[in-house]
Amino acid sequence: MIDNLGYRQSIINESLYNNHIMTHTDKELVVSALENGTVLDHIPSENIFKVLEILNLMDEKNRITIGINLNSKLFGKKGIIKIADRFFQDEELNKLALVAPKATVNIIRDFRVVEKRKLVMPHEIEGIAKCMNPKCITNHQPVKTRFTTMENDNEISLLCHYCEKITDIKGLY
Amino acid sequence: MKKSLISIRDFTKDEILHVLEVAREFEQNRVQKILEGKVIACIFFEPSTRTRLSFETAVNRLGAKVIGFSDATNTSVSKGETLKDTIKMVSNYVDMIIMRHPLEGSSRYASEVASVPVVNAGDGANQHPSQTLLDLYSIKQTQGRLEDLTINMVGDLKYGRTTHSLLQAMSFFNPRFIFTAPEELKMPVEYKKFLDEKHIGYSETNSLEEHLDDCDILYMTRVQQERFTDPMEYEKVKDVYRLEASMLGNVKQNMKILHPLPRVNEIDQDVDETPYAYYFKQAENGLYVRMAIIAYLLGYR
Ligand SMILES: [Zn+2]
Repeated sequence: MIDNLGYRQSIINESLYNNHIMTHTDKELVVSALENGTVLDHIPSENIFKVLEILNLMDEKNRITIGINLNSKLFGKKGIIKIADRFFQDEELNKLALVAPKATVNIIRDFRVVEKRKLVMPHEIEGIAKCMNPKCITNHQPVKTRFTTMENDNEISLLCHYCEKITDIKGLY
Repeated sequence: MKKSLISIRDFTKDEILHVLEVAREFEQNRVQKILEGKVIACIFFEPSTRTRLSFETAVNRLGAKVIGFSDATNTSVSKGETLKDTIKMVSNYVDMIIMRHPLEGSSRYASEVASVPVVNAGDGANQHPSQTLLDLYSIKQTQGRLEDLTINMVGDLKYGRTTHSLLQAMSFFNPRFIFTAPEELKMPVEYKKFLDEKHIGYSETNSLEEHLDDCDILYMTRVQQERFTDPMEYEKVKDVYRLEASMLGNVKQNMKILHPLPRVNEIDQDVDETPYAYYFKQAENGLYVRMAIIAYLLGYR
């Protein structure tokens, strides 16, 4: 885990949620607890940086704590991102459904989880995924990609607005 | 509101029928200079003499002037100008853009950048809606209707965009399909799924002889080398079907053979003399249909 503040256990204990994700770390040197902000949990570790990119957090000035390859009962390994003093619109967060469909969003205020949210797959996706068709205009000219999401037997695929070909979402992971 | 024609799916059933009706009017009277004073750009980023001549003739017969280029080699495009900049520049000069481009989705993108209507004259292996409309026109002219017909599509059903678009457009008219193709070139699953959802029946075969006698339209296609990434795959299937006059002894009287042209070996010359050959007339129909598309999109019909 990347740690840039080193909050003490006493503070962390105030937040049940943060305590929960702390189970396998050192009791003294700890992950920063959030006083206010957003925690994105259950992100596939390999997509952590895609999530930062999609949320435009690469140039963010606020404190961001990232965890990769944490143990998770449900997912085996997972990633987590904590952003201090930032709250997001649903439309922003739902863009993550593509790279982290099982992610949960925790809104933290005053060290407590005040709200938990699940992501909803948006109907249209702009500027995120790449079209798998090598002859698609979006792969040759500075054109922002645009897709309609299609759900078939629980599998998500993307219909390219331009070349009308289908991109398999598995190619995105 | 400007209206473009990029994919056959951009037109409703009513719009399709309207354009076919207007085309019939133009066939009866080819010279109607309703677009006098207009300028239309025909910009072809890859050469396609057949399609370009058909479109340019249509523009001329409607009384408008044509500007443009027939391939991009000696234009600013070859100097690295983006498609966006080319389209922005051209749309300042003209009332409509007719374009062909090797990249798929290029016409859709152009229609979003342009301030005037765009007609897609082919974007790679994706769409070529004026071809689809002239196919529909030919079917309607030869059968007297579009409803309840049996269409036998033959040849490259995997890469052949004309068959895919025709399938989508015909789905409005309660058709039945026969797909005649070798294993390697079968109709893709997504199109069969599309038919399933619309409860439209189809059967598949790899034998050309099997369904010659029970179809109303025999839609032949060429196996196009440029669509193949694997040259071995092309060699295996390129001459898989060859239709000869002797095979047509028991076909339905109303049956007509269509082909988007050019043909290679898939239809023998001796078929040309039979009453079932319609492919040359089909190509001619392209003129009336393209006149109708242009007149409709510019709001004159
Ligand atoms: Zn695409």
